[in-house]
Amino acid sequence: MKSNIVKSIRITLVLTVILCVIYPVAISLAGKLSKGQGNGETITVNGKVVGYANIGQSFTKPQYFWGRPSVIGYNAAGSAGSNKGPGNPDYLKDVSNRIDTLLKYHPYLKRADIPAEMVTASGSGLDPDISPAAAKIQIQRVAKARGLDVEAVTALVNQHTESPLAGLFGPAKVNVLKLNVALDELKK
Amino acid sequence: MNTELFGIIASFALMLVIGIPLGKYLAKMFAGEKVWTDFMKPVENGIYKLSGINPNEPMDWKQFLKAMMCINLLWLVYGFFVLMYQDKLPLNPDGNPGMTADLAFNTIISFVVNCNLQHYSGESGVTYLTQHFILMFLHFVSAATGIACAVGLFKAFRDKTTNDIGNFWNYFLKAITRLLLPLSIVVALILTFNGTPSSYAGKDKFISLQGDTVNVSRGPAAQFIAIKHLGTNGGGWFGANSSHPLENPNYLTNITEIVSQMIIPIAMVLCFGYFIRRKKLGWVIFGVMMIGALLLLIPSIGSETGGNPAIAKMGIAQPTGAMEGKEVRIGPTATAFWSTFTTIVSTGSVNGMHDSTMALTGLWQLLGMMINGFFGGCGVGVLNYFIYLIIAVFISGLMVGRTPEFLGHKVEAREVKIAALITLLSPFLIMAGTAIAAFVFTNHGSANWAVKPSAWLNNPGFHGFSEMLYEMTSANANNGSGFEGLGDNNTFWNLSTGLLMILGRFLPIIGPVAIAGLLAKKKYIPESAGTLKTDTITFGLMTFAVILVLNALSYFPALALGPIAEFFSMPK
Repeated sequence: MKSNIVKSIRITLVLTVILCVIYPVAISLAGKLSKGQGNGETITVNGKVVGYANIGQSFTKPQYFWGRPSVIGYNAAGSAGSNKGPGNPDYLKDVSNRIDTLLKYHPYLKRADIPAEMVTASGSGLDPDISPAAAKIQIQRVAKARGLDVEAVTALVNQHTESPLAGLFGPAKVNVLKLNVALDELKK
Repeated sequence: MNTELFGIIASFALMLVIGIPLGKYLAKMFAGEKVWTDFMKPVENGIYKLSGINPNEPMDWKQFLKAMMCINLLWLVYGFFVLMYQDKLPLNPDGNPGMTADLAFNTIISFVVNCNLQHYSGESGVTYLTQHFILMFLHFVSAATGIACAVGLFKAFRDKTTNDIGNFWNYFLKAITRLLLPLSIVVALILTFNGTPSSYAGKDKFISLQGDTVNVSRGPAAQFIAIKHLGTNGGGWFGANSSHPLENPNYLTNITEIVSQMIIPIAMVLCFGYFIRRKKLGWVIFGVMMIGALLLLIPSIGSETGGNPAIAKMGIAQPTGAMEGKEVRIGPTATAFWSTFTTIVSTGSVNGMHDSTMALTGLWQLLGMMINGFFGGCGVGVLNYFIYLIIAVFISGLMVGRTPEFLGHKVEAREVKIAALITLLSPFLIMAGTAIAAFVFTNHGSANWAVKPSAWLNNPGFHGFSEMLYEMTSANANNGSGFEGLGDNNTFWNLSTGLLMILGRFLPIIGPVAIAGLLAKKKYIPESAGTLKTDTITFGLMTFAVILVLNALSYFPALALGPIAEFFSMPK
């Protein structure tokens, strides 16, 4: 037993050096070569960081495209979903209220036009994307608020629609922050 | 065909394309035959020398298990104290506090036993030091412990009669240097070049486009997430696990993460067959497990892509499926796919919130963890399945009226007793645990804990019951996923699930290795016309039936009260 304890302590120390120092530091150094130098990829406007490409942020103003509901208000210091079960009556009331709000700001929509992700909270609370369909339903509102042509905004949405991986795998999506940054630049 | 479906078909194909050859490699590597990773030998010899270990010393099953338990106990004690005092140690750029004793107790057990139930949130509950030196360290060594024990069991059946089941340290170290570490490097690089942070920088602050001030948690996550999946650990860097857009930034990383958690469990099953020179046995087991996996997978995909009927009733379009708790870049199909594999292989990482999945998906998730033998965690999956095999051999023996044999060794009362006890352990722990939790919830709702029992549940009714059942099941299966709405950071859940995790880990390792050690010592009986052949499809089906009957009998009542009742009460 005693010899097992000594061996255990010694191998734990040796492995700690390899697995907790050499391995992560090596990856961290390699990560310096990646976009964002391993700190996370940021998006800058006029030299100022306005957000992270992969972290969604809260958009509520009518001149911006909106992202998905978030139970943490897009506070990226943490992350969480609602964890509400599919039949929870309080939760269904929340969803119903979100539908009403959406219809209020988009009076031209029918319920069947609204994709589920615009009235349901994401798993992380930080979802940076919406589906192309969810962007399309907002075009009219955004165009009106900015005094832009619907065609111009539509073109921008199409331009910012990212197709599935290799065109084949996974969903198509629109990064809300990137789209909104492009919108701001369009105005100039 | 839609692209979401293509995505999971590609992921599935990749699992097989990598997992199958990996199995052959592992068999050769652990048997000490020539393999291409032999260039690691000098490194390994250096580690042995520094540790005072002779890797060629033969061990019987008792010595083997003693060495395993000794080092695991050391990690438990050492990690417990580091977690409690992490606030006073370096590498804490966000100034996070130390853990309470009950949370540290739960967390250290959780990571030592490869469960990774997390009652803290990665952003605020741990420091970079504990994330790397304790939690990531344990990601590696707990997976290696499981693999080493499985190889010990394989070794017992490689020779005709033997006392020697190999050297624990040898298998343990090789599992790290020749499997987990090299693969982790590859996966970590893929992740970091796709947007997962890998630097030691702390929280960042920026002003958003609308003018809000936002803090962003970051840190050396890519290194951690790589081994979290390869080692079927599942504990996330961030609270939201792999649904977090930095932990799983795009569809490519999603494929990488789901594939990397499946390849070792798949490989270990085939490794068993190759290692004991009974290739066919490995493939029959693989077949049974794959059928089981698909039977859980297909209905899960069906119910998630079908969407939430209550939301459909409101007239909302669910073109891709139910979206609550899911991410747009991943989609409901890939979330359902992931949820099945993460529950059968005991990873327990999630790319969408299980608490918000449909009632029946919850049923399949629970069942996957209860069975816990369809591929299963690194190494331990095969050990769990081995118990089902022994029960199947015993029942078949009774049916044909012969002394049951397994691979040329008589299976007698002692072995069957151990197997029966291990089989009964899981339902006992899960049911008793859930019953006590439900009792405390109903009768002691105002107990003065960090979270009052009356405030435990995030959902009313049947789903609330499922939250408690899921937590106990996940702890016992060493899975680590959760119906995360449960308010679990308090004395009751920290202590109860801590106990379940430690029993649910070590007894199902000790049992099978002991049985294998006992069998290997017995006289080898050459195959004859009357031998029950265990590498046939018939016997595979027999094992499948045993698994089905055992689990249905054990768990149906509890499942009926939870997800099944919830399903029938949903609006149609």
